Amino acid sequence: MDFITNIPLFTIVLSLFSGALCFLLSGKTARKYTLIYEGILTLACAAVLWYTVRTGSAFTYVMGEFPAPWGNEIRAGILEAGTALFFIVIMLCSVSGGYRFIETDLDESKTNLYYALLNLMTAALMALVWTNDIFTGYVFLEILTLTSVGVLIVREIGRTTLAAMRYLILNLVGSGLYLLGVVLLYDVTGHLLMVPMKETIAQLWELPGYHPILILATGILTIGLAIKSGLFPFHFWMPDTYGYATPASGSVLSSLVSKAYIFLLIKIYYRVIGTQIFAQMPIGRILLVLGICGMVAGSLQAMRTNNANRMIAYSSAAQIGYIYMGIGVGGGPGFLAALFHIYAHSATKSMLFLTTPRLAEVSGGSLKFRELQGSGLRDRDAGLFFMIGAFSMIGIPVFAGFSSKILFGLAAVDSGSSIKLIAVMLALAVSSLLNAIYFIRTVIRIYSAPEEGKKTKVRAHHRPGYNIPMLVLTAINLFLGLFSWMAAELVQRGLMMFG
Amino acid sequence: MKKDWKQKVDRWLAGDLDVMAHITDGAEVRDVPRQERKENARAAQERVLETAGAKRVISAERKGFYTMYNVIAVISCITLIGVLLFTVANLPRYGEENPRTVEVVSRYVEKGLEETGAVNIVSGMILDYRAFDTLGESHVLFTALLCVMILLRRDKKNEAMAPAGARALGTDAYYNIAKDPIMRTVGAFLLPSIFLYGIYILLNGQNSPGGGFSGGAVMGAGLIIFASAYGFGTVDRFFTERASRIITFVSLAFYSFAKGYVFFTGANGLDNHIPKGTPGAILSGGMILPLDIAVGMVVACTMYGFYSLFKRGSIGHD
Repeated sequence: MDFITNIPLFTIVLSLFSGALCFLLSGKTARKYTLIYEGILTLACAAVLWYTVRTGSAFTYVMGEFPAPWGNEIRAGILEAGTALFFIVIMLCSVSGGYRFIETDLDESKTNLYYALLNLMTAALMALVWTNDIFTGYVFLEILTLTSVGVLIVREIGRTTLAAMRYLILNLVGSGLYLLGVVLLYDVTGHLLMVPMKETIAQLWELPGYHPILILATGILTIGLAIKSGLFPFHFWMPDTYGYATPASGSVLSSLVSKAYIFLLIKIYYRVIGTQIFAQMPIGRILLVLGICGMVAGSLQAMRTNNANRMIAYSSAAQIGYIYMGIGVGGGPGFLAALFHIYAHSATKSMLFLTTPRLAEVSGGSLKFRELQGSGLRDRDAGLFFMIGAFSMIGIPVFAGFSSKILFGLAAVDSGSSIKLIAVMLALAVSSLLNAIYFIRTVIRIYSAPEEGKKTKVRAHHRPGYNIPMLVLTAINLFLGLFSWMAAELVQRGLMMFG
Repeated sequence: MKKDWKQKVDRWLAGDLDVMAHITDGAEVRDVPRQERKENARAAQERVLETAGAKRVISAERKGFYTMYNVIAVISCITLIGVLLFTVANLPRYGEENPRTVEVVSRYVEKGLEETGAVNIVSGMILDYRAFDTLGESHVLFTALLCVMILLRRDKKNEAMAPAGARALGTDAYYNIAKDPIMRTVGAFLLPSIFLYGIYILLNGQNSPGGGFSGGAVMGAGLIIFASAYGFGTVDRFFTERASRIITFVSLAFYSFAKGYVFFTGANGLDNHIPKGTPGAILSGGMILPLDIAVGMVVACTMYGFYSLFKRGSIGHD
């Protein structure tokens, strides 16, 4: 057994340890430690990805001396390693791109608690990605829930407290439903680990009388995770949650936390239910409809806001709709498109959430469109990065958003159902148009000349350090856009390993 | 006509819909001195609490919203209840012949003692067979403690938020603690046995029902009773925030590394050199006893921390 196979275990245990360690450190030391630690973690995850690509097969890792089905297990294939690497890179970019705002938004005495929460969140993300056991999924889902509320309330400006209450309650409803689903599945199968569970479910599916239970258990589990990730009609918590958190938190919450839930859901469909059985369940069709509704509703609501952050948050609701639409289309290409969009959207959304506060900074601290007028001229770097993000969201070629839209279209063509094809194509067209309307509006705003007589500060250039995370995110975005075939092929191979 | 069009475009460019937009206006400004920023944030927080208290502000703007909301909430709850009852009715009956596999449960019951060295099979399951889940579970508590600290903690640097009376009179006098002779007398009788009982549960997790979570909860409750009988000042003499931080860190770090070591050796097929001990003795069950102690410490610190933070906004003064 190669030493590299131990890395997934280390990423989880060391992140948990880092959470406890930051509790002791001072705020500044905790920040430095977190950045260095996440850098190391990036390399470690990259090593695992390299290993799985090279060996061409996934490996399972027994947590302790008891093998499955008695003990816990984690598993790493291309998809897990790639997602872990991607998540940690986005986390690193969010923290390094947003720490300046962390310092101004937080009480000094609470910064170390913030970094402790981020490290625990990293541990939970890693565990959700690597896990091969649905109950482990639940435990780390809880950590993710609590940490995500924690990083939200840490900026105490009133609305975050309100938003956190709503977010917490909805999240707990989601966790509860997920747990119910797990309990029902455990009751009928007698297993918690994914592999033996899948075998038992395949046997049960053939027996009379088991269809309703299996469908309901899967459905409850799906609803739970859909509430947590913000699928229409459960997306109303999004604008307040993402819009008023400190930028690093907004970026992490929108691009990692909600995506981790969806990743877990896809993993369950593949490794617990099995895609063939899933295709026979009606859940996919419901997800398709809700996803399309979300794409349109989110965009319509985004058009009506007057605050840049709220607009981006509502646009997240639309993008989550895209992902669920991909799952709903189903089949290999549908899941491929959904996973690709997870990456494309995460890279883009974190960039947008990290640039708007910089635009606001040169506009008297306001995120309202009226005040933002001309901010792209006052802070040219931030304006440029915002524009790149906006173009990617619209789906302009070269950027990541374009590739994922093509993949969605191809998946619909491959699905072989004309209703699905028409629905998906129409939804893509309408949603892209709406996306274009509100993002182009913002880009026009930030690049039009400011009204006369307005006194605002001009920031010609930042310390270069502020732009590095943005450049990394842009590079990821361009990679996903220009070399989408490479990324898509990796995802494809990862899905094959899923089984 | 042309101007009208221009106005419309302008309005579209500006967008306008956010019922509560006025609330956070000041708080978004970052380019001001720290003190002013804090005041802005505090003002915003108060405005929100006022607005949230007066529900009619929002309901006036969205007429009928709350009626619909209640109706839909009731309907969806009834539907969910119906669906769940239907599912439960369809589950395989207890004891009936069904294809559900029992290999997992039967091995836990039949070989649990032999493989984990713990008489209490539940402890063997949560701390040995499925120890990874419990590792996460103990960090859930820690996360909750962090969140409560973020919300409620006041310290020297933001003392302005503490009630004025608390500063003048001292915590205990302000919160009217430690004046009740009944509490003190009963406490003097009960507390030693509560702590002793907590320790007993903690140390016997591998042999009888109990373990880290329950023992820690009893000890934390003991600390809480101690604080309400004799005042926070007395607890602060031996249990400060610093002590709580160090205990929590050491316990969690020990837990992570101990379990990391067991996972590592187990997965790589190495011998972990942890003796199982004689079943039934205190020193048995391999790692279960030290892990129980670590979990118990975290639980006790968290329980008392919650109480203290909710009551006075700090875990203890150094």
